[in-house]
Amino acid sequence: MIKPTDRLIEAIFIGTSAGGVQTLNTLFDLLAPNFKIPIVTVIHLGEKPFIPSAFRAPRGLKIIEAEEKDMIQPGLIYFAPANYHLLIESDKTFSLSNEEKIQFARPALDVTMDSMAEVYNKKLLGIVLTGANEDGAAGLLAIKENGGMTVVQNPANALYPTMPEAAIKKSAPDYILTLEQIGSLMCNLKGAYE
Amino acid sequence: MTEKTAIFDIEVKLFIQAVFMRYNYDFRDYSLASVKRRLSSVMMVHKVKTITALQEKVLHEPEFFTAVLQYMTISTTEMFRDPDYFKAFREKVIPYLRSYPSIKIWIAGCSSGEEAYSFAIIFKEEGLLNRVMIYATDINPLILEKAKAGIYRLEDIKKYSINYQEAGGKASLSDYYAANYNAVAIDPELKKNIIFADHSLATDSVFSEMQFVSCRNVLIYFDKKLQDRAITLFHDSLSMQGFLGIGSKESLKFSKMSPRFEHWSTNERIYRKLK
Repeated sequence: MIKPTDRLIEAIFIGTSAGGVQTLNTLFDLLAPNFKIPIVTVIHLGEKPFIPSAFRAPRGLKIIEAEEKDMIQPGLIYFAPANYHLLIESDKTFSLSNEEKIQFARPALDVTMDSMAEVYNKKLLGIVLTGANEDGAAGLLAIKENGGMTVVQNPANALYPTMPEAAIKKSAPDYILTLEQIGSLMCNLKGAYE
Repeated sequence: MTEKTAIFDIEVKLFIQAVFMRYNYDFRDYSLASVKRRLSSVMMVHKVKTITALQEKVLHEPEFFTAVLQYMTISTTEMFRDPDYFKAFREKVIPYLRSYPSIKIWIAGCSSGEEAYSFAIIFKEEGLLNRVMIYATDINPLILEKAKAGIYRLEDIKKYSINYQEAGGKASLSDYYAANYNAVAIDPELKKNIIFADHSLATDSVFSEMQFVSCRNVLIYFDKKLQDRAITLFHDSLSMQGFLGIGSKESLKFSKMSPRFEHWSTNERIYRKLK
């Protein structure tokens, strides 16, 4: 088991689907102000556009839509744009793709997770939250296989348990936690406020 | 980087170089993350264990390369995809094109042709079909064949019809195709003024003077250098005060040509070449 305080985490991935807006806002509220580690978020929105104001940023952080070729920066929470897959290049810049849907979704969690896993290896924390499909399970396994830390929301507390359950079954994550516990794990990460 | 990833990266770079030397398809300045992802899926589908093994097969079997090329190029498209873009074209660009006795437009990266036919429909509804020549280009010969055929799946038409209406269509999309079993065939009249042709933004040059260039969701696959090459090509192709439309998540900011354009449509990414 990887202790959160032992490991320098450079980036966090959070993926969610049904129930995600409410759940993400609850999680963001749990983060202390000025949380430093960049967060990359993929949420299934169907064809609907991503609207930053639907989300509450913790104090000192900014929520933005990831733009192609932007460098991932601390203090920012990035969201994948609607209808595009979001990938990360080895120089930690974003790429977009509109190739076919994966797991019926574009953006798909798995796509972003695969490419982040390869770039950040053990310096990546991957989190899968509420959702009603199985996207994210293969991605969490990829993060684990590349040495990253893996967390899944406890299905018993999730608004929709299917996505967390699939991720648990496929990847045997390091932690299965309630939202409150995920918030405190994030705040206790080495480098979270440095 | 793990050892496995490091080796994979080396293999991908060698593969891209091999493809360029053997077939003159140039993926050297593409964004790597997406290329890597697509090559991984080729390996899975064709049960090839390494990129090195894939390279051997591609070098020695041209027909296998054609199959691999289908994965390396992205063909996702729709008729009237992003309806607001077509609406803005109709309302803000067509009035200027109307003043030309003959109009040339270029769809760069036309894929299976849906966008070219969408523009043809707009020109027809605006009474300009006989004045326009639409050049629709792509690097993938198989997808160009599909574009020329103009046969699409019936199940996709519902979405296309909604797009068409939202784009300000003046009739019914069904006026422009004949349905048969599970497929629809585009009205041959719309094809008369379209030339589908092979053209690479990475290796080819300007081929005619255009009043409008549409290139959407192609630049996202290019690195900054290749984006600059493509945008320079568009700039050099456009007549004075010609128009350029790009994808809703794309920008001109990485090109040195960026100051030579003004933003034309506030919400859509349509630009006008300055005088």
